Amino acid sequence: MSEDGGIGKAKLVAQLLALLPADSVLSEPEDLHPYECDGLSAYRQQPWITVLPSTVDEVQAVMRLCHRHGVPVVARGAGTGLSGGALPHPHGVLLGLAKLNGVLAIDPVGRIARVQPGVRNLAISEAAAPFGLYYAPDPSSQIACTIGGNVAENSGGVHCLKYGLTVHNILQIKLVMPEGELLVIGSEALDSPGYDLLALVTGSEGMLGVVVEVTVRLLPVPEQAEVMLAAFDDVERAGSAVGAIITAGVIPAGLEMMDNLAIRAAEDFAHAGYPREAAAILLCELDGTREGVDEQVARVRQILEHSGATEVRLARDEAERAMFWKGRKSAFPAVGRLAPDYYCMDGTIPRRHLPLVLRRINELSEQFDLSVANVFHAGDGNLHPLILYDANKPGELARAEAFGGSILELCVEMGGSITGEHGVGMEKINQMCVQFGAAELTQFHAIKHAFDPEGLLNPGKAVPSLHRCAEFGSMHVHGGNLPHPDLERF
Amino acid sequence: MGGDQDQTEVLRQQVTEAHAGRTPLRISGGGSKAFYGRPIEGTSLTVGGHRGVIAYEPTELVLTARAGTPLADIEALLAAQGQMLAFEPPHWGDGATLGGTVACNLSGPRRPFTGSARDFVLGCHVINGKGELLHFGGEVMKNVAGYDAARLMAGALGTLGVLLDVSLKVLPMPERKLTLMQACTPTEALTQMNRLAGQPLPLSATAWADGQLYLRFSGAASAVTSIPEHVSGEMLPKDAVFWAELRERHLPFFDDARPMWRLALPPAAPQPEIAGDWLIDWGGAQRWLASDEPADRVRAAAEALGGHAALFHTDAPAVDFHPLPNGLWQLHRRLKQAFDPAGILNPGRMYEGL
Repeated sequence: MSEDGGIGKAKLVAQLLALLPADSVLSEPEDLHPYECDGLSAYRQQPWITVLPSTVDEVQAVMRLCHRHGVPVVARGAGTGLSGGALPHPHGVLLGLAKLNGVLAIDPVGRIARVQPGVRNLAISEAAAPFGLYYAPDPSSQIACTIGGNVAENSGGVHCLKYGLTVHNILQIKLVMPEGELLVIGSEALDSPGYDLLALVTGSEGMLGVVVEVTVRLLPVPEQAEVMLAAFDDVERAGSAVGAIITAGVIPAGLEMMDNLAIRAAEDFAHAGYPREAAAILLCELDGTREGVDEQVARVRQILEHSGATEVRLARDEAERAMFWKGRKSAFPAVGRLAPDYYCMDGTIPRRHLPLVLRRINELSEQFDLSVANVFHAGDGNLHPLILYDANKPGELARAEAFGGSILELCVEMGGSITGEHGVGMEKINQMCVQFGAAELTQFHAIKHAFDPEGLLNPGKAVPSLHRCAEFGSMHVHGGNLPHPDLERF
Repeated sequence: MGGDQDQTEVLRQQVTEAHAGRTPLRISGGGSKAFYGRPIEGTSLTVGGHRGVIAYEPTELVLTARAGTPLADIEALLAAQGQMLAFEPPHWGDGATLGGTVACNLSGPRRPFTGSARDFVLGCHVINGKGELLHFGGEVMKNVAGYDAARLMAGALGTLGVLLDVSLKVLPMPERKLTLMQACTPTEALTQMNRLAGQPLPLSATAWADGQLYLRFSGAASAVTSIPEHVSGEMLPKDAVFWAELRERHLPFFDDARPMWRLALPPAAPQPEIAGDWLIDWGGAQRWLASDEPADRVRAAAEALGGHAALFHTDAPAVDFHPLPNGLWQLHRRLKQAFDPAGILNPGRMYEGL
């Protein structure tokens, strides 16, 4: 049997057109072009066919049809993902969920919102704002990214240390299974009988089902929020200040660090008022009741000064607070102006290893002869090194990828993870072989099989085959820099 | 902490043998939650001896301990550093262990405001039903590599794997707390709980018992001290006793010979029209009911409101969980098969046939 189950493209298009309106089925190259990649544009593949259902019934009908013919399906939200999770399959249907974009209900008393997967992250908070409520997870792409994609990736943001990831902020999802069946997972209560399938499906990168509805928890907007900016002439001192804040019993709403290259890029781009000469800055947001925040601001200021900050500034008003954050949130595009291309990494480490990891990243930067700017969710140990390169120079993309791979392997060596919030997708599939052994990968494949026995959902992503790992492992041994030679290999 | 022991190999050996011989295993820790689920037969697999804190980094807000470590030891260790398990786990007995707490996914009154046991799980080592040692998640706050099998273990009652150790996120203890009481009906209490939970207040528990609404506030000293200016109510002295008795089900309410139900409901759902006595916890999301009404009626009422109901038998050490709809049941069976193909890990503990 061929990979597409034997059905030809024309025949499948005809059958899809019997289920969906003509403008919801795209099969001509010029129409398919916008769907070639997600936010990781270095990876491109034109889909066979793109379908854009506008109802749950249509999603189910498409899934049933594809299942019958053994055609792979790749779900896509806004296409802002950074790991190639929505990279199309050459003989598969790309299932775009952007038309399912309705806010179905806001319950201000029960503090929940029921929304379709194509609703943008920020649109949920906007819809809840009249009730003094908001949706907490705020990935940097929140203007554009959709909640369906957030569930698929278990997205975080700058406020996760205090408010958690997507998995902590959703109550229920409706999931279409590969054969078209609709399952309700979770409930509007705080738990559900049986296994915690909600946790399992969140962050499963479109491998286990297609999310067609999400019920999220809404939180009251804090009475007050303050942001402090602290400058350091030494990265390690900034790192210890983070530990000191947390040891003092303060959980900031956000705690971000940027290194000098990132500071300068962000300042030139956003004019946020950052000190351009600082080796590192910390942005610390404190929120809560007015009295509580005032008390914590005083305490954190003391800690920062005690930790050797050369300057501590409290945003004077809402406008300055917004400016401080604007610099941080525009760090990626700002760094993007320093070079024709940049490659954003997403490793996590136990926070205490930060100074060592930054030193090693700088060494790697020299070794690979590529600049790197570091932006860091310092509170929860999530690093975003931005590797600068020029795709038009022969070999630079490959070097950037090798550099990135080395950073991820360094994170694993430090007891961390190859991805904190961007997902594995296609990008980090080889590094999965470094983080997990054969037994775990086999267990992941068994989980996949329980949901999708034919392997039709997003095939080839997120969890590598053992065969792939064997090839990757031998390649690495030749390189002579295998981390953890004592670990199980296959 | 005395008695630290790594029994990984012994436990793994036992599971491997049980897998080969298709011998069902009955997993136990301290025995405090032996009643939580259906009574099952099987060779005893005791995890209580596999104990000890493996790592605790207060600055990282992470603790890793073996499954048999007494919960009380962990709480004491954290308290000495001014930290806590923020899901306020019920012990439900003297021997409560970390493994049992996570396997049952039990959380106390703070649950609606800071999260459940599952929410604080960062990673774990487990032995699956084939005797394989697996490591899921890790010791970092954010980790989306691979499926989240670590959180899946929370609440799985050991039916997918034998928990060996768990890494948990911990939080600083609030500097100050206070509890206010207001006399009211259950319906008034639900209205008030939901109204306050929608406001930016440092709430850490809300409950209604025996005609009184209890509101607990926790946080920075200045934030808590000023609460009586914003919220009315009589201050409850020595309030820790009340919350501990609620969490441990030691309040007089729980001393009832009638069948005891736990209803998990959307917090703003009205009180179900079921005859019996009620106690409301978790800001309305967890409601206890002592009632002689038929099981079908209680379950249907919970379902109609978007929730579910578990029956805590008072005449036997057993709990019956809410049945699953067919599609989910089939998926549960396939997942069980994926982790435990021979069906040897606590078979039948959660549901017959799982």
